[in-house]
Amino acid sequence: MMRKRTPAVGLGLAWLFALGAAVVAFAQPRSGIVRPTTEPAVPSAGLGAELYAGNCASCHGIAGAGIRSPRPGAGDILGAGPPLRGVGALAPDFYLRMGFMPLGNIHDQPGPEQERVLFSDTEVRSIVAYVASLGSGPAIPQPRPSTGSLAEGQQSFALRCAGCHQIVGRGGFVTGAEVPPLQNVSATKIAEAVRIGPYLMPRFSTTQISNSELNSIVRYVRSTNHPDNHGGWSIGNLGPIPEGLVAWWIAGPLLIISCRMVGRRRRR
Amino acid sequence: MKAWQWLVALLAALLGRLRRGARDTDAAASDSESAERPRIVPAGSPERKAENVVLMLLAIATVFALGFVVTYAEFAPSALPNELLGICLGMCCLFIGVALTVMSKRLVVTEELEDDYPQANPEQQQEIAEIVHESGSRITRKRLLLGTGAATGGALGLAALTPALSVGPIWDTRPLDQTPWRRGTRLVDVHGRAISAADIEQQTFYTAFPEGADPELIGSSLVVIRLDPAKLRLPAERLGWAPDGIVAYSKICTHAGCAVALYRKPLFAVVEANNALVCPCHYSTFDPFTGGTVIYGPAGRPLPQLPLMVDALGGLRAAGNFSARVGPSWWAVRNKPT
Repeated sequence: MMRKRTPAVGLGLAWLFALGAAVVAFAQPRSGIVRPTTEPAVPSAGLGAELYAGNCASCHGIAGAGIRSPRPGAGDILGAGPPLRGVGALAPDFYLRMGFMPLGNIHDQPGPEQERVLFSDTEVRSIVAYVASLGSGPAIPQPRPSTGSLAEGQQSFALRCAGCHQIVGRGGFVTGAEVPPLQNVSATKIAEAVRIGPYLMPRFSTTQISNSELNSIVRYVRSTNHPDNHGGWSIGNLGPIPEGLVAWWIAGPLLIISCRMVGRRRRR
Repeated sequence: MKAWQWLVALLAALLGRLRRGARDTDAAASDSESAERPRIVPAGSPERKAENVVLMLLAIATVFALGFVVTYAEFAPSALPNELLGICLGMCCLFIGVALTVMSKRLVVTEELEDDYPQANPEQQQEIAEIVHESGSRITRKRLLLGTGAATGGALGLAALTPALSVGPIWDTRPLDQTPWRRGTRLVDVHGRAISAADIEQQTFYTAFPEGADPELIGSSLVVIRLDPAKLRLPAERLGWAPDGIVAYSKICTHAGCAVALYRKPLFAVVEANNALVCPCHYSTFDPFTGGTVIYGPAGRPLPQLPLMVDALGGLRAAGNFSARVGPSWWAVRNKPT
């Protein structure tokens, strides 16, 4: 017959298990970035190639060939990613400086949830130089928002961007993805995103949005950091529904107070 | 047999009415007697001043309610001043409220009952009826007050009903069926420039309008996208509608009529959601590959598709009218558009 364990023994075992799991969890390196033992201080395509092989190739393939069908890579983590030949300096600069890459899980949205830049500036420059050398592709855009027109920018933004990003750039949702807010995003990154079309966002080429129109859009987006709220209190610039709710939250108590003042209740 | 029963019922009803009438005259008689009976509620002196104030307040409320109607009639639907409409309605309600407050405080004699709520006790119930009857005794111009109150209520009701005039068309729904698109109509962009097929790139979307027509019409705006022709799964009867994979759909959501302003496309289709047109109001999601079928959200029918063709100079033109009626759904929506 089986001996009955006392509850104290069971509890102790459970504690041991939990402790063991915690030790294993903390033993994993958090960022998981692989670096060469002696890292040069100046950016170079050579350093980029090493960093790429250690940190990018498990998803983007050898020399940027891409991996189409998800397959287990290091630590049985599924790896799959688009090819990087011909993306130029544009895409790696955007994804690395936004902190969208490396991606922990290929099914995650490279976006708002995980903005952490794990590479130093030297490392980013090196990887960008390496990826750009894999095939001819677009360079990093250099928008000049000061030359753009705010009015034209708003019209353009309303026509092409505001559906997802909301007219004051506060972000939102589309089915299947989160749409990031656009505040505190640099002019270069805004221009890069327009030309790349990251994740589910459409891509806008120079024939659809010329460089001068892009300057206007960037100027408008930058202006949403400090929008002039003509109506007064902006309530987060989230639109009419929160505004209506706040109105009700103010009007409701006022109505209740006036009801109490108008009527009288006799205590017995 | 049946007629006989009806006759009995009618007689019984008549008899009942007669007897009730007799009881009413009894009550009237006892009422005149009760003139000598002691009042429960103190009589109170009539206050003509307070009555005047109430009449004034109600008149102002009526003016505000009518102001709402006039404002609504004066301005074009697109230029309605919301603040003015809100002020009119709000002030009307406020003045009605103040009038009622003045009335209850100054005109109606109040008697506080400190007992429990009376049970079915005929004596006490009669007492309450008497209190209610007597509490109006300070009012000298009952008819005038009632009339003014009715006028104010009527004006407020009128103001509340006025916006319903904008709903429609009620009987003649033909304008809803008509769109400016005909075979050969050229597609132009928001600046009125003609769009050529070569301009349309993959991975992005374009907004287009019919050349020479009012872009504000519900049947005007289009969303145009280029898809991989190999992936198109259009219904059999729409096979020629997408030259080189270019498809055009109405930009008006079939659920609540918002602009379908969101277009999502995967950068890396292996792990990302597929192409879709999404309405920002309630996230109805339409599949552009299969003819605008609903894949998510509250929309009840597909986005209407416009057949396209490319003319000799490479320009994009409509090859006919929409596959279905444009805009939010209503009872006759499944009929063919004209």
